[in-house]
Amino acid sequence: MSSKRIPVLPRGVRLHFDKVRGQNVLLAPERTLFLDDVGHRILLELDGQRSIALIGQHLAAIYNAPEDAITSDINEFIDDLADKRVIGFADA
Amino acid sequence: MRDAALAPPPIAMLAELTHRCPLACPYCSNPEELIAREKELDTETWINVFRQAAEMGVLQVHISGGEPASRRDLVELVKGARDAGLYVNLITSGVGLTDARLEELDKAGVDHIQLSVQGITAKTADWIGGYEGAFARKMAVADKIAEIGFPLTLNAVMHRHNLDDLPATIELAKRLGARRIEIACVQFQGWALKNRSMLQPTREQVDDAKRVVARAREEYRGTMVFDFVPPDYYADFPKACMGGWGSTGLNVTPDGRVLPCHAAETIPSLTFQSVKDASLADIWYNGVAFSAFRGTDWLPDLCQSCDRRDVDFGGCRCQAMAVTGDATAADPVCRKSPHRHLVDEVLEAEVVPMGNKAFDYRKFPANR
Repeated sequence: MSSKRIPVLPRGVRLHFDKVRGQNVLLAPERTLFLDDVGHRILLELDGQRSIALIGQHLAAIYNAPEDAITSDINEFIDDLADKRVIGFADA
Repeated sequence: MRDAALAPPPIAMLAELTHRCPLACPYCSNPEELIAREKELDTETWINVFRQAAEMGVLQVHISGGEPASRRDLVELVKGARDAGLYVNLITSGVGLTDARLEELDKAGVDHIQLSVQGITAKTADWIGGYEGAFARKMAVADKIAEIGFPLTLNAVMHRHNLDDLPATIELAKRLGARRIEIACVQFQGWALKNRSMLQPTREQVDDAKRVVARAREEYRGTMVFDFVPPDYYADFPKACMGGWGSTGLNVTPDGRVLPCHAAETIPSLTFQSVKDASLADIWYNGVAFSAFRGTDWLPDLCQSCDRRDVDFGGCRCQAMAVTGDATAADPVCRKSPHRHLVDEVLEAEVVPMGNKAFDYRKFPANR
């Protein structure tokens, strides 16, 4: 679980706003993930440039929250999605 | 009319563009009665169906068949589905997809490809698919898929004649760069019933397969996702078919009939509406075939009083129909079902060493 990793949405995985349900979703091969606001906010930050640590720093500043806790939450969220193969890593 | 508590909007739609297919698999999921080419919905109607689907909340469309590449307008249909706002899965045997066509499909916006394999060698695969050269063609298609960069799911249909090759099948998926593998043991409905005694795996094979999948899930964590459908005749409890009847997905046949699941036509008491006669939303929310087994109120007492009622919803309706002759019975696979003995009797009678039996292949009539 390294915060140096640079998470990216691989080809075939994309964010979509579901107008019917009024919800953000992540569309992936044979999988539809309904996102809460936190998850959606994290995924919006993925640019293939910044590491989890940098994204954590950025979101901690915006929400005035402890950076360690935020980064740890992002790591956990990303690990779960990586296990599902709906997230890849730019440096991998 | 709409009972919002029971019927959320569907998430996925299976679009069976055609029943035509070059393969002749003995477990073909096409219904008993095949729809001829002249009766297939035209391009414009399909695209209209995709728009309606997206408007009512469908997020993913699974473009399938038969072999969807048998439709000359496949690229146009994919583009129509993407333009409607849908995530497009293409489910294909690979036969009929040229490099040029794959490139066009890429431009049209296919999000993900599911490629079926019938075996891990040309000998086995071509025998099972009843089409010489299919395996070589599939491997060429897989290479082009990787070159273009489509995410790939390898769809391995498993049964007695290839379940022992499961470790090598997983290796093949890895070699082809698949992100997912579906290990789908044949479900006995429709044509597969005709070949059940040839296809039903042994209990030892099933136990082995479970161990292989459990190990592989660990080994490939983070690199490949496993979707494993075990053969349910050996299960203790039924699977939650479609996640509950009329709850998450719908199926449109080549001529436009709208079904709650692809095998629903095996239930003779149900009648189905067509996209030519009613809107997709009207059929989903108000159609009698969709309300027939939606929710849990219709379940027999056995299931009503069971703590798994909201886990498996009584199991598969088509299986209840096929084995017990009653679509409203509990799935006979269930240990608690009074019909379980029928399933055990089938296993005892059919899972025996084989002589020189042959497959009853599924051929689409030549005068297409």
